[in-house]
Amino acid sequence: MRTYDENVVLAIVLLFCMMLVAVDLLTARDAHAEYGDVVINNYSDDAGMRPVVFPHWFHRVRFRCKVCHADLGFKFEAGGNEINMLKIIDGEYCGACHDGDIAWSVENCDLCHSGSPGTPTQVHESTLQKLAKPAAGKAE
Amino acid sequence: MTILRNLITSTGAVVIVFMLALLLVNKESHSADPNQFNRLLAPPSKRNPPPTLDGIHDADGPGAAMLQTPKSAFDILPKSKSGNYVDWVKALDEKKIAPRYDRNDVDAQPIVMDLNIVREVKGSMPNVVYPHKQHTEWLDCSNCHPAIFIPQKGANNISMASILLGEACGVCHGKVAFPVSECRRCHSQPKKKSTGAKAAAK
Repeated sequence: MRTYDENVVLAIVLLFCMMLVAVDLLTARDAHAEYGDVVINNYSDDAGMRPVVFPHWFHRVRFRCKVCHADLGFKFEAGGNEINMLKIIDGEYCGACHDGDIAWSVENCDLCHSGSPGTPTQVHESTLQKLAKPAAGKAE
Repeated sequence: MTILRNLITSTGAVVIVFMLALLLVNKESHSADPNQFNRLLAPPSKRNPPPTLDGIHDADGPGAAMLQTPKSAFDILPKSKSGNYVDWVKALDEKKIAPRYDRNDVDAQPIVMDLNIVREVKGSMPNVVYPHKQHTEWLDCSNCHPAIFIPQKGANNISMASILLGEACGVCHGKVAFPVSECRRCHSQPKKKSTGAKAAAK
């Protein structure tokens, strides 16, 4: 006959196994972001917010490149614009449209700050990312 | 009572064995599947995934599930073989999309310049034809001139290496505009017979 203690041990082992499986299933998933998706994580992680995901595809359906990259002064460089929330609420960068009139306003934090915590600043699916690296699978 | 407790513990043991087996099988499938080696070969079913499954959005956050899915937007757009699997230039030409040229003025029209620039290339590849027309549909002159390209014939030294590293055409192509793998969309003008690799070898 088993004692109560043995059941507790069994429960802990069971829980541990469930965690192992969960971690394994989660880490097995590769990133298949949309071509041109930009993750901006200059300040987000440090501030305890999810990083921003900027989907180029969504915006180019609605606006030509010129609107952001000429009129609003966005440089062609992921994370190169040093955007922060103060600039946005003052109507610069994202704030030029995300004002509750042209597009959703800044109070909808989670719609932009929707990235996985810890994702570095980068353009996803870029040619540079897709260049074959030595020791496939072990690449960062 | 004892029987019940034994039943629970033995069920627990079976579940543990099952989970360990699942763990092993899962590990095995990562290393044994030969297709895993070339990670560029994403099957069509994996293309344009919704934000909750794309690996960069936090699926547990409140935002990811509220965003538009790429497939719902791309459904009616002309297809291409790479990038977003959308031919954006064609989509604009066929008026499938109507992106604003000014963020406030719905009627603002782009200043389109119809001028092709032919760049003769050194190797055996066809010459590059650069169309201002398609570029000025989307962009302003100041986006490229003079910072990226000096507006003067022969003044810009461009190589595929520099493009791959994100300079010149590579500022956009390979990141948001169609990728560098679409060689013939730029290298589109056949060389005259007297020039090219064969003539150079003589």
